[in-house]
Amino acid sequence: MAKSAQGAALDRKKLMADPIMVTTIVLLITFLTLFILYPLVILLIDSVLMDGHVTLDVFRRIMNMPTFTRAITNTLKVGFVVGILSTVIGLLFAYVEVYVRMHKVAGGLFKVVSMLPVVSPPFVLSLSMIMLFGKAGLITRFLLGIYDNDVYGYWGIVIVQTLTFFPVCYMMLKGLLKNIDPSLEEAARDMGASRMKVFTSVTLPLLLPGLGNAFLVTFIESIADFANPMIIGGSYDTLATTIYLQITGAYDKQGAAAMAVVLLCITLLMFAVQKYYLESKTAATLTGKASRARMLIEDKSVTIPLTILCALAAIFVIGMYVCVPIGALFPTWGYKFTPLTFKWFGQVFSKYHGLKAFKDSFLLSLIASPITALLSMIISYLVVKRKFKAKGFIEAVSMLAMAVPGTVLGVGYIRGYSQGLFHTGALQFIYNSAAILIIVFVVRSLPTGTRSGISALRQIDKSIEESAYDMGADSFKVFMTVTLPLIKDSFLSGLVTAFVRSITAISAIILLVTPSFLLITVQINEFAEKGAFSIACAFATILILITYGAVLLMNLVMKFFGTSRKLKEEDA
Amino acid sequence: MAKEKKGVRLEHISKIYQDPKTKKDFYAVKDTNLEIEPGSFVTLLGPSGCGKTTTLRMIAGFESPDEGEIYLGNEPINALTPNKRDTAMVFQSYALLPHYNIFDNVAYGLKIRKVPKDEIKRRVTDILALVGLEGMESRMTNQLSGGQQQRVALARALVMEPGVLLFDEPLSNLDAKLRVTMRTEIRRIQQRAGITAVYVTHDQSEAMALSDKIIVMEKGLVSQMGTPQEIYYHPKNKFVADFIGDANFLEGKMVRHEGDVGIVDVNGTQVKVAEAANVADGADTTVVLRPESTMLRDEGYFPVEVVVSNFMGAYQLYHVMLGNVKLIIHEYNPKDKKIYQAGETAYVAFAPGDAHCI
Repeated sequence: MAKSAQGAALDRKKLMADPIMVTTIVLLITFLTLFILYPLVILLIDSVLMDGHVTLDVFRRIMNMPTFTRAITNTLKVGFVVGILSTVIGLLFAYVEVYVRMHKVAGGLFKVVSMLPVVSPPFVLSLSMIMLFGKAGLITRFLLGIYDNDVYGYWGIVIVQTLTFFPVCYMMLKGLLKNIDPSLEEAARDMGASRMKVFTSVTLPLLLPGLGNAFLVTFIESIADFANPMIIGGSYDTLATTIYLQITGAYDKQGAAAMAVVLLCITLLMFAVQKYYLESKTAATLTGKASRARMLIEDKSVTIPLTILCALAAIFVIGMYVCVPIGALFPTWGYKFTPLTFKWFGQVFSKYHGLKAFKDSFLLSLIASPITALLSMIISYLVVKRKFKAKGFIEAVSMLAMAVPGTVLGVGYIRGYSQGLFHTGALQFIYNSAAILIIVFVVRSLPTGTRSGISALRQIDKSIEESAYDMGADSFKVFMTVTLPLIKDSFLSGLVTAFVRSITAISAIILLVTPSFLLITVQINEFAEKGAFSIACAFATILILITYGAVLLMNLVMKFFGTSRKLKEEDA
Repeated sequence: MAKEKKGVRLEHISKIYQDPKTKKDFYAVKDTNLEIEPGSFVTLLGPSGCGKTTTLRMIAGFESPDEGEIYLGNEPINALTPNKRDTAMVFQSYALLPHYNIFDNVAYGLKIRKVPKDEIKRRVTDILALVGLEGMESRMTNQLSGGQQQRVALARALVMEPGVLLFDEPLSNLDAKLRVTMRTEIRRIQQRAGITAVYVTHDQSEAMALSDKIIVMEKGLVSQMGTPQEIYYHPKNKFVADFIGDANFLEGKMVRHEGDVGIVDVNGTQVKVAEAANVADGADTTVVLRPESTMLRDEGYFPVEVVVSNFMGAYQLYHVMLGNVKLIIHEYNPKDKKIYQAGETAYVAFAPGDAHCI
């Protein structure tokens, strides 16, 4: 029996009766194709096409570069170790939070730790790592008297990335642990298992796909990370930095394109495993909601050491972040600590065009964030609530963006737009303009926004929108009067997340920014590279204040205008 | 109140879905023809997966039929989107807009149609009075009980004065008592408004209580269509007989007809069945008996062994074994009647008019 064409034709006809919807879909597909798919395709084409015929010469050439092959092993080594360390530390934090009765202060610390990586620029930890443990490090040199400690290189990257990424694992695993029904573990205890045995025979096996998931997510983040290896890697180059240097140092755009393809292949492979294998497995083993509250572990011999361990780790991480604003206040880091001074902040504005840098970063991010937030809500709506032919394409390409490292995207834009579409000059005008920076911001934040939008929309009963549709509203009206108001919180947080991600972005943007725009993150990177840490810290401090301010503002707005405030209060 | 009563006509309607596991296409609804009279209350009844909700959603426009055409009144509506159809649906989950209060929920569709403000106010107030929610206009939906939310959902659909009112298992989230009250309410309001209604349910007593006509569906096909009495007393096949109430089946062979009455041979005993014109002499047949029309006596057609005898209050419940076949018997008002205990032997009897052949 073949599916007859009538149903599909009618569905298409109904869709066409909705011009706003059709226009939106067409625009969306154009955007996704032009700015996510096309740059990746052009990379692939460029790296196998030479003088009009297909060849693997470029790949052969880069594979013979020792710097490149070394970068591959370096990247994978770092990614692997960081993935494992982050997952283990994340698991420890998550376990302690979900299973152990903690002191309130420890709980507060945990919250701060989970927030910090969200609001801070990506390389803050590298800065403080160098300032605390480097040659002139506060701890190494002044506390321990070690004069030639070398933080640059493999261990520097591993430590900094682990500290940056473990909170993500912690949040992921916390969610999963909370979903384990306590009665499963109680049943095991009841049958005579010790707490350790319960952990190894019940909790851990249930969590295993989730751990794999956390590992791969961190792995992908680690190999895509540009900022930290750039600052603290020293001569230890990873793929992301090698690609950057291939363009900015060796001016070998074709080689960089081929390298980007290699990096992309690695992340895509990991992403595919994570998305289609582990995520479904996690969902399959941990679907149940906890039937009732978990009996927390109260045994002091367990709670005290675990709490102290985690609290110390948390304080260490927080200390690393605090180091940055303090560093900006010392007259000369590593030599002269008093009196505290604001001179570096002064210099940011007087000498180094700080005002322009903040204005440019701020404005571009401010323009990008509502576009991102709206776009990701529209994509989520289409993916979750509607059915049409191109839906698979939209979903796949938006997810694809999640797996594309910023550096790869940056190279793709250079190859794809510096001479226009397919080197024909079409759309060339956006290259070197503010538009391309804004587009990069949007594309880089889109996956996060879409993911949160999708999960918010999945909570909403499909028939609520259907009922509005049934009462005569068209798609646009339904989206504006029902969907958007119901996910206002998610929209708001998407707005702020997009803003924060944009203003702290560096990996793709550093390849595309022109002298007419000064961006804070690029400035920080430059000063840190030069070893001007105090100035870098001053820039970073102001940046953190801006992002933190944005988050505070969002919380305030949500508190007073959030969708469900009224509903939540009444439910309580 | 409705502008114009509209009927619904389904002509050779099919819907094909793909099984997500086997990737095989299957008919969720197959070649269905229905004629729903204007102003009547029609129920689509069947177990889950029988295609009743799919049929309803095709009428509403959420699904597109793969074959056939749907008419609302005389207008073919296949290509119309749900918002352009003169139908209004009451959803299983009520689907009230949680960010609006009751008034705005009910007024939503009218506002979209750009009805003047004072008319909206008048119509909403009237309809809320009809469903018994006067004075609650400014409440939020989550301040309402399930029954009240149900009334808002109903009011919201009614206020549109649609040609057809569609119900998708609207009472399944309510508790048993409220369900009975609400179904009486729905019937009262539908009759008062004189509106055509199509109602989907898997609850046979709901279907009986509400409907002018019941359409029993099984595996995408219409099994039987008729008034509640027709469906109950004259089920056309085993599925319908079994799905609507309990039924006992006696397998036998038609011996001969005496006028309208058929003589059927069941396990060597000849029994009389009043309605048997549909079965030819010599053909295999099944005699259908409702539990309350089946009697347990000291003498009758067949000796049976009583295996269960429970006092249920309104009736005595028996399970008896006729060979390998279990029969269910309800002896109503058992107070002064002879009660057989489990293990005893008794005889099954029934009046010819209480049985029929399929």
